[in-house]
Amino acid sequence: MKLDYIFKGARIMQQRKRTASKRLTNSNLTYHLMILPGIVFLLIFNYAPMFGLVMAFQDYVPAKGIFNSDFVGFQHFAYMFSLPSIERVFTNTIVIAGGKIIFNTLLAIVFAILLNEIRVRWLKKSVQTIVYLPNFLSWVVLASVVVNMFNLDGSVNHILDNFGVGPFNFLGSNQLFRPLIIGTDVWKSFGFNSIVYLAAITSIDPGLHEAASIDGANWWRRVWHVTLPGMLPIILLLAILNLPNILNGGFDQIYNLYSPVVYQSGDIIDTYVYRVGLMGRDYSFGTAVGLFKSIIGLVLILSANQTAKKFTERQLF
Amino acid sequence: MNLQNKSLSAKIGKTLIYVIIIFLGLVTLLPLLNIVAISLSSSGAVTANAVGIIPVNFTLEPYKMLVDDPQFWRSFGISVQRVFLSLGLNMILIIFMAYPLSKRKSEFKGRSIYMNLLIFAMLFNGGMIPTYLVVRNLGLLNTIWSLVLPSAVPVFSVILMMNFFRGVPKALEEAAIIDGATPMQVLLRVYLPISIPSLATVALFSIVGSWNDFFSGLIYMTRTTNYPLMTYIQSLTVDIQQMIQQGINSTNLSELMGVSDRNLNAAKIVVSSIPLILIYPLLQKYFITGIVVGSVKE
Repeated sequence: MKLDYIFKGARIMQQRKRTASKRLTNSNLTYHLMILPGIVFLLIFNYAPMFGLVMAFQDYVPAKGIFNSDFVGFQHFAYMFSLPSIERVFTNTIVIAGGKIIFNTLLAIVFAILLNEIRVRWLKKSVQTIVYLPNFLSWVVLASVVVNMFNLDGSVNHILDNFGVGPFNFLGSNQLFRPLIIGTDVWKSFGFNSIVYLAAITSIDPGLHEAASIDGANWWRRVWHVTLPGMLPIILLLAILNLPNILNGGFDQIYNLYSPVVYQSGDIIDTYVYRVGLMGRDYSFGTAVGLFKSIIGLVLILSANQTAKKFTERQLF
Repeated sequence: MNLQNKSLSAKIGKTLIYVIIIFLGLVTLLPLLNIVAISLSSSGAVTANAVGIIPVNFTLEPYKMLVDDPQFWRSFGISVQRVFLSLGLNMILIIFMAYPLSKRKSEFKGRSIYMNLLIFAMLFNGGMIPTYLVVRNLGLLNTIWSLVLPSAVPVFSVILMMNFFRGVPKALEEAAIIDGATPMQVLLRVYLPISIPSLATVALFSIVGSWNDFFSGLIYMTRTTNYPLMTYIQSLTVDIQQMIQQGINSTNLSELMGVSDRNLNAAKIVVSSIPLILIYPLLQKYFITGIVVGSVKE
């Protein structure tokens, strides 16, 4: 009798298992079908261009296409390194991108710490609303704002005139162009970048602040010994993950603000590839420069991810 | 103890913090107000650089001229069309990619292959020129699809959505399966309704990205009449900017051109930003959660 029940139970279990595995194969099929369209787009618009990178090793002629153009090996890379202008382009990119990373991080941290002290709710909300806004506007729009402020008789030169200095041709000077680019980028993004830091500050245990106050620590000391150490993991993490951006000078911004006069200080890899490769129709050479950038970028992002994993137990992917 | 002294220095410190915060707020706001003021001022006042943050010789003339600019509205229409097409396509692809990817390897055989394809596409790309050639060879130049298809799969948003789906309690799915729901029904009836905030975040990413992009229009459209709005505005301002940068100041410039176009251009910039300003409350609400939650995974 008892045995009967067990046999029956086993049979039912088996049946259930069979339907379960059938259901699993069914849902597997559904999953494959669901993901298929996205993968097709990915293959066409992300992977086909990667295949197109072959051009960097060819003397690509549009009429012959990628399958019939002649291979030239590393000729374009050799040519690239022989150009004096390429060194300038890479230097500009690294200086501009590095400046943006450093100053964006610093101002965002300072702003988050100060904003956290504001107790007047409406003021805090209004300032947040204002400083987050430029992040959502296109550089096409903001470039006009910047030109309005910084041209020879713009508002900034008017203000400087009151102090007896200037006028400065910010947009046409190789000394001032990089600071202008870095400064206006920080202006656009510091508010938005501060969001993550603000979240980090509010997650610090208020008990630590109270304990420090009771021990007689003033505001500076509390910021230095409580707030900053509390933010440190997220600061480090973002610093590491931002590092691969060192080759991204910001095409949209620079394209909308630069001119031949400031190529010397403001031309970055992306604008160079666009001008020489795409506009100048030197497709193979442009692709070679772009490929060189992409490879360094890939190496940087992989090492950044490893470093982040090692030190903070978090990662990007 | 000199409690008096301490509270005084604390008070000064507090005031200083308020001053800095208000200063940063104003520094961000005033240049934007300046453009609005210029768009509402007479050409004469703009040329004389008399406009600060309040319009001088208030006029709606630039906006009236704008109404009669056919190319502006054609480009505006192209941008609107493009935003809706991109949004629809992006959302469908994001949802249907993120959902299977949110399953464990044991539940979805082949997951890791797809995942690796996706991640590698995020880390590495063919770059500007090969992408351009693919779009050209597909015969997409000068069509609206050249603005939509190349960015059809926003990899970052897919990963964000996938991470969100993973956080949904398994019990919900199991309950639905016991009730006989198919995987499609589980996604549509269980997962999507509780994912609305995350869906809003990725939808807004898509809207802002495609509205603000001028570069696709610049390289994929060979005819000015096909320009989306940002590309159109960019093409207008770039000539003037280059003149300014080469040392001609705007007074000379407007003499050169006979009349000041600066207020008209400012009006175009203001109108082109209105759609974003309108959805800004939503952006503030959903972007912030998206950024804080989705930027890194544990």
